[in-house]
Amino acid sequence: MSDAVIKVDGLWFAYKDNEYVLQDINIQFDDRPTAIVGQNGAGKTTFVKVLKGLLKPSKGDVWISGTNTKETTVAQLSKIIGLVFQNPSDQMFKSKVIDEVMFGPQNIWKDKKDKNFVYEQSIKALKIVELDNKLEEHPYDLTLSERKLLCLASVIAMDPKIVILDEPTIAQDRFSTKKIAGIIEELVKDGKVVLTITHDMDFVAENFERTVIFYQGQVLDDGPTEKVLSNEENVATAHLELPNLVRLAKALDFKTTPLTIDDFVEEFSTYKKAGD
Amino acid sequence: MDNVSTLSAKISIEHLTYRYPFAKNRSLEDITLSIDAGQSIGIIGRNGAGKSTLCYTLSGLIPRFFHGKIEGSIKIDGEDVPTMSVEKLIRKVGLVLQNPFSQISGAKMTVYEEVAFGLENLGIEKDEMHERIDTVLKQFDLYKKKDENPFELSGGQLQRLAIASVLALQPEILILDEPTSQLDPRGTTEVFEAISQLKTLGITVIIVEHKFEKLVEYVDKIALLNDGKLVEYDTAEKIFSMPQIEDYGVGQPIYTALCKRMGLKKPNGYYPVSFNETVTLLNGLKMYE
Repeated sequence: MSDAVIKVDGLWFAYKDNEYVLQDINIQFDDRPTAIVGQNGAGKTTFVKVLKGLLKPSKGDVWISGTNTKETTVAQLSKIIGLVFQNPSDQMFKSKVIDEVMFGPQNIWKDKKDKNFVYEQSIKALKIVELDNKLEEHPYDLTLSERKLLCLASVIAMDPKIVILDEPTIAQDRFSTKKIAGIIEELVKDGKVVLTITHDMDFVAENFERTVIFYQGQVLDDGPTEKVLSNEENVATAHLELPNLVRLAKALDFKTTPLTIDDFVEEFSTYKKAGD
Repeated sequence: MDNVSTLSAKISIEHLTYRYPFAKNRSLEDITLSIDAGQSIGIIGRNGAGKSTLCYTLSGLIPRFFHGKIEGSIKIDGEDVPTMSVEKLIRKVGLVLQNPFSQISGAKMTVYEEVAFGLENLGIEKDEMHERIDTVLKQFDLYKKKDENPFELSGGQLQRLAIASVLALQPEILILDEPTSQLDPRGTTEVFEAISQLKTLGITVIIVEHKFEKLVEYVDKIALLNDGKLVEYDTAEKIFSMPQIEDYGVGQPIYTALCKRMGLKKPNGYYPVSFNETVTLLNGLKMYE
């Protein structure tokens, strides 16, 4: 485990006086790909907005790469931490794909001498999401899944150390979901800290090393995905569901928690031998 | 023989082709399929395959709301949908959209009034209206919430309210376009439980859904769309056992993927699609090997 890039100490947050939607959160994030799960209203999106500095803690502190979010600006933070919103329309406003992606980098590198730098950075990001063949198109002519990828590219282009995705797989087909999983893997390889909010428990099982469960504004469980998802009681308390393969393994009395088809097949062969 | 099945079908679509105004490509191309009364049908396909467009033509939104050119025919009980009177159409077909926020009126202060909204517009008698509202609210476990503001409901409750409001109009056909995509696992389960009740009411259900593990539990047949064309229209086990299924970018139930990997088929030669089928098959292996 490497150093914490995000450190959250005794965080409380309320939109209205004394109605705390986040309660005493103490957690750190490092470079392990991490899923944040929890039912609608559990506080996940509020939490990541606090990390990004869009909301300031009511109590407690958030440290991003050693800087307290209370002592810096959202503009400063945007160089380190990028958030991809759940709804692409909350994020897009330019009339060409390339302009949309270049907007962020233009702002954070406005003093850069090399004018091509921003363009190259943006093309690189569009290549990662495979939209580099649609530079001149209007963002609203893209399909919903392409628009979500465009928002992701706009964040990647700013080259932040931390990338947060809020529900990237909502309304996506399996093909696009796989593509997003591949992009997350790329980002992790590239040394980024990636946090992903999702409801898709199969997606969590297959792609994230660490899982954090939010429940009613608090962290209910946190640890290696295999361990968190084997705790049926916590998963039920949080009104979540076990991933389909884990559910299947439980029905067959497996002793382990298979997260992928490979895990399952391997475990099933030992299980069969034991049954002989 | 073909004519007979077409005549008895609840919905019959023949050579349906449609292009949105100003669009370069056709969104639906030469689709022919028929659905019997009381059947539950799943529509699957990658994003942009034409699933929602098909829902809009079935519910009459195309060509009334979205214009553009329709070719071929689309009939409910033998009557042409594009030219049917709106009043009649509303009694025949209900449509539930992906996002419950775009569905509910937003103008009503309580759950009860929200359900009443559509009925008032149809001019239903007061006594009957109250009876229908009570029935659907109880059916979808929202009766206790009847005096609450719709916007205070959870996502799953709100989507159930959207379904209840449409069902209060007593349509013979209900179309659900990705009704659970915005919902958490609990909300998803709630909506699918509501859908399974529709079947017992004899309603013809058409549902677009990416969560195949859930979908296969509820539908009689699946229509697979790709680039606006109907690729296959058959039972889930046949659709997901097709060797070329991977080419359409839709994926498959994780249970099917697992069994393919393990080379396990059911006695009928098809791969399992559901949880129960897979448990039975794997348990059987343990016992007999």
